[in-house]
Amino acid sequence: MAEKNIDLKPDNINVEEKSEIEQEILTPWKLIRRKFLKRKPSVVALIILGIIILAVILAPLLTVHDPYELNMTNTNQPPSREHKLGTDELGRDNLSRVLHGGKVALQVGIFAVVIEVILGTLIGGIAGYYGGWVDNILMRITEVFMSFPFLPLVITISAVVGVRISPEQKMYLVMVILGVLSWPGLARIVRGQILSLREQEFVLAAKALGIRNTKIIWRHLIPNTVGYIVVNATIGVASAILQESALSFLGLGVAPPVPTWGNLIQYARDMYNLQHRPWLWIPPGLLIFATVMCINLIGDGLRDAIDPKS
Amino acid sequence: MTKLLEVKDLKTYFYTDDGVVKAVDGVDFSVEAGKTIGIVGESGCGKSITAMSILRLIPDPPGKIVNGEVIFEEEDLTKVSDKRIREIRGNNISMIFQEPMTSLNPVFTVGFQIGEVLMLHQKLSEEEAKKRAIEMINLVGIPNAERIVGEYPHQLSGGMRQRVMIAMALACQPKLLIADEPTTALDVTIQAQILEIMNDLKSRLNTSIMLITHDLGVISEMADHVIVMYSGKVVEDAPIMELFKNPRHPYTIGLMASIPSLVKEGQRLETIPGAVPNPLYLPKGCYFHPRCKYATDECKKAQPELREVAPGHKAACIRAEEVTR
Amino acid sequence: MSEVLLEVNNLKKYFPITRGFIKSKVGDVKAVDDVSLFIKEGETLGIVGESGCGKSTLGRTLLRLYDATAGEVRFRGKDVLNAPKDQIKELRKEMQIVFQDPYSSLNPRMTVSQIVGEALVEHGLYRKGKELDDYVVEIMNKCGLARYHMNRYPHEFSGGQRQRIGVARALALSPSFIVADEPVSALDVSIQSQVINLFTDLQRELNISYMFISHDLGVVRYISHRVGVMYLGSMVELADKNALFDNSKHPYTQALLSAIPHPDPTMKRDRIILEGDIPSPANPPSGCKFHTRCMYVEDICREEVPEFRDLGGEHFVACHLAK
Repeated sequence: MAEKNIDLKPDNINVEEKSEIEQEILTPWKLIRRKFLKRKPSVVALIILGIIILAVILAPLLTVHDPYELNMTNTNQPPSREHKLGTDELGRDNLSRVLHGGKVALQVGIFAVVIEVILGTLIGGIAGYYGGWVDNILMRITEVFMSFPFLPLVITISAVVGVRISPEQKMYLVMVILGVLSWPGLARIVRGQILSLREQEFVLAAKALGIRNTKIIWRHLIPNTVGYIVVNATIGVASAILQESALSFLGLGVAPPVPTWGNLIQYARDMYNLQHRPWLWIPPGLLIFATVMCINLIGDGLRDAIDPKS
Repeated sequence: MTKLLEVKDLKTYFYTDDGVVKAVDGVDFSVEAGKTIGIVGESGCGKSITAMSILRLIPDPPGKIVNGEVIFEEEDLTKVSDKRIREIRGNNISMIFQEPMTSLNPVFTVGFQIGEVLMLHQKLSEEEAKKRAIEMINLVGIPNAERIVGEYPHQLSGGMRQRVMIAMALACQPKLLIADEPTTALDVTIQAQILEIMNDLKSRLNTSIMLITHDLGVISEMADHVIVMYSGKVVEDAPIMELFKNPRHPYTIGLMASIPSLVKEGQRLETIPGAVPNPLYLPKGCYFHPRCKYATDECKKAQPELREVAPGHKAACIRAEEVTR
Repeated sequence: MSEVLLEVNNLKKYFPITRGFIKSKVGDVKAVDDVSLFIKEGETLGIVGESGCGKSTLGRTLLRLYDATAGEVRFRGKDVLNAPKDQIKELRKEMQIVFQDPYSSLNPRMTVSQIVGEALVEHGLYRKGKELDDYVVEIMNKCGLARYHMNRYPHEFSGGQRQRIGVARALALSPSFIVADEPVSALDVSIQSQVINLFTDLQRELNISYMFISHDLGVVRYISHRVGVMYLGSMVELADKNALFDNSKHPYTQALLSAIPHPDPTMKRDRIILEGDIPSPANPPSGCKFHTRCMYVEDICREEVPEFRDLGGEHFVACHLAK
């Protein structure tokens, strides 16, 4: 057969090819960043949260006082040059305690969420990918966890275990409790995501190419759920901070002398303090509010940025 | 011939974060009484937005009709009150959409949804409306109309739902029916049924039809007159026979040459290189010039005007006389 | 004549219908019901049919993306459906698929070069590096994509270009057979023809066989050598393209052909308008599945399932009345 001259020149090479070559390559993350930056409230929230985190981390540089240092000659002072937010009833520097308390609150929030993400992704991912009876069993377990009455459980654990451990250890206990109780929501989301991704044609295409199951999970499924996990984790941090402060306020969470925003407010909880020493409870209250608000706004912004339809 | 609807220099823009999208950019055409006008174009050419602008169904924001007139029976629909346009919608002009699955409300019976329009516009009683609904369902060729009126949309197949949509649209005997890709979601044998019904009703009720589609096959079966759109502009406007026999715009010619069923055995398909331009960054001059094999330097400078190239045949191309199939 | 590459015998794929909490089986959707066909080397077999006729399921089942319920698939004589794991991996290199949806068929988090190159690394044909990149570019060029597209993500491309990426991915392992599952249905007309030309060019150059699934008869007629028509999970007619389009024997094929609106206003034909809707594949009619809509129906059609028989010259029809 005579060699035919086959014209394999692409029909569609763009006419304005040159400008296209110069065009910046947008990775999915770049695209998300760009969309996120368009959302003003979220960007402002990010800046404010950044300042709060920075202040909390740099606390030793911002205050000269140790948060645990007692000074019985200098109790219940109003704000002054020496103590910018006054002192508490044991003469400890309030600013230093608020900042240190922030560190504890953020730590609790982040660690609780790390536990939540690990458990939630693992369990949701396995349930979603394997389906069938594996899915059935894991989801029933998830439902059992979701049905735990949160407060009574925490009160019981706190009462049984709490008295035998140091305040430091109690902080870690709170992290674990919050994490272990919050993963079911995430597990359900991840499972749903994986279930719908599994039906996408690109997963079928990977199968047709002979790609191993493990690789399909790691390269095709997980990266496509990361966005949702990040959004959930962000908002999870906010709710963990709120829960921790609520627990600490009830005296069931992080125990004194370790400060946290929740127990700082709890500390100032009598009529006299509320009326006459607002410097004790307004700053931690405001900080809880601002931090949670900011994280939620950032989470909203991320959700919109990650959603490919927007 | 009497003109039922006249669209003059219609411009509908969308104001997005990234810039202004000129979805419809100076469109002129008219619909004659009792005739079918076809609007053809690829996705994003503005054909659906044109239809929605006529009934003022553009979501505002981000969309806005910035210029133009839509004259329907001596009224300019772009200027009339909100109340008046609601009276016209569904009564004088009605519309059917592509998706028969989502165009009906799942929680109401078919009969109620057809009757609702009649009770609203023609002030019929519930009983009369139901009787009329049964008549309409019979008219669009659904058997057992008495049973169907009591059924919910999910109990019907896609083709049935599209017929119900047509029954609903025609219930008030509108003068104009706008059909936006009415058969795209349907199978060919069902499509044939629907097109037959539309043609039949057109001749019986003397309704004008504005048929929007990307399928030149459907157009050739249905339309009396055709408008070809590209990037928000009308590029060609001609009676059906004239358009298929003697297309004058390179885009129309390219479209026809790329349909496999029009190509002879063994012949390579013609293609239009590249893709439809991004509406945010339209090329200078004629929007089609980067993909046009007839393009000259002149085409890059100014937008060509839609001009008459033969009696009743308009094309927006400076070289319309030279280009042939 | 060229050799038979792929042979499908009595292939069945039933999807169970389950109800209730314990998921008890109450019936089957017979998506593919006793289909037999063969495809020769370098040939395109078009498969047409309306939605729900099982044409996509057929393509996926014979590639073992779905587990077949019964039947046999032989590729170059080798049993596909019962092949052990290591052999199936070898077969994957030979048999590929291109999907309809240019959006959901590409992983949004992978670059074009990752998408095209992934399988090459997986099968140990290349290691990551310059050689792999060069080969990936070579394939991309074949499919009308340029080198600078390599590091871009699917969302940066138009529908037509995405479909080219899908073709490049399927082509990477140099298969000899590709199932093209409605590859142009989601594209605009002017883009469709670009992708159709790509398929025909690749076939001429690489001698690939296609099973080209589509509901668009115009496209199928243009690209195929032989065409099969499916209705409710069964093949009702299979013949040489010209024999099928110009001299169809099955009433359904005749109705289907007459239903296509032809883009030529001067051509007016007698149209066969079929009554009613396509029955549910979960509860297909007895006997010949088409008898509920057939204008020539006789008693035998309601009772006996017609045999898929050769009328001569490899023109297969499943109709009692066809001669």
